[in-house]
Amino acid sequence: MEFGILINEGPYTHQASDTAYNFAAAAIGKGHKIHRVFFYHDGVNNGTRLAEPPQDDRHIPKRWSEFAKNHNIDLVICVAAALRRGIKDENLAEGFRISGLGQLVESGIQADRLLVFGD
Amino acid sequence: MSEAINDVGESVETGESAAGKVKKFMFINRKSPYGTIYALESLEVVLISAAFDQDVSLAFFDDGVYQLVKGQKTQGIGIKNHSPTYRALDGYDIEKLYVEKESMELRGLTTEDLLVPVQQLSRGELSKLIDTQDVVLSF
Amino acid sequence: MPMLHTVNKSPFYTYTLESCLDRAREGSAVLLIEDGVYSAMRGTPIERRMVEAMKKLAIYVLGPDLEARGMTYDRVVSGVKVVDYGGFVDLAAQHNNVQSWL
Repeated sequence: MEFGILINEGPYTHQASDTAYNFAAAAIGKGHKIHRVFFYHDGVNNGTRLAEPPQDDRHIPKRWSEFAKNHNIDLVICVAAALRRGIKDENLAEGFRISGLGQLVESGIQADRLLVFGD
Repeated sequence: MSEAINDVGESVETGESAAGKVKKFMFINRKSPYGTIYALESLEVVLISAAFDQDVSLAFFDDGVYQLVKGQKTQGIGIKNHSPTYRALDGYDIEKLYVEKESMELRGLTTEDLLVPVQQLSRGELSKLIDTQDVVLSF
Repeated sequence: MPMLHTVNKSPFYTYTLESCLDRAREGSAVLLIEDGVYSAMRGTPIERRMVEAMKKLAIYVLGPDLEARGMTYDRVVSGVKVVDYGGFVDLAAQHNNVQSWL
């Protein structure tokens, strides 16, 4: 089965990004596919490459980057939400791309299930 | 909403890759406007979805019904008033707007208080409708 | 199967659980995640509400979120099933659709 994932909240303040990651990893582990992870609202902040969390904490943007690399996952940051919040190509973490909201609607059409993680 | 309208132009191309499939998309609105950005950014996705020729509907219940209250004047808080956009949805062929009767009554609202024509459904009717959807988006 | 609902708020903080339970249709499932897991604990005023809800709904709670918050499985309301993230994936796959109560 193919899952689409929408993340509405940024890293650290809310658990949404962590829960979405744990869900996505479990889905891959069970042989499912992730059609796309779409980052919207403050969720676009998951895609910054400027984050430097303490050594003993998880690095949320880097964890998504590695996940995308290892499993060939499409990580899409909403352009309108990103521009509002100062996320641009020059500060985008590896494995993420910036694109339009159409990518979210398309994921809803193509994936078997679209799951929303937020506040 | 110029940002969203620009996006529509861009995503029409993307829509072609998904051509053929028509799914029932429902946007769930349970949050009031301005206190958080969810109402506005939800509306932006709704506008984009129009370019994909999907079966789109909007449900407003709990505090979401406050999004549609007429007479919103936001000059005093310095945030853009996005409520006129609900009236523009018709032009995008998005005509299925549902409000929940119980949520309206609890808040002392009637459809007269709203800025756009809506269909008022009972809690049971609306829940039944949500259960028939293919994609349920909440923000 | 019909809808899988997810609730991620404490019932002592927001109205989200009530809102979901009032609207979830018979035969659907509710999965409590994140701060939503507190709804699954015995010995609170919510317990009776959960027992009532289980007459028409299947209720699940995400184990890793319980453990993270120091809530042990033996304190979970009887009838509520504990699942891990793999179980969350299975529930999402088994149900026709997923509604997140944000």
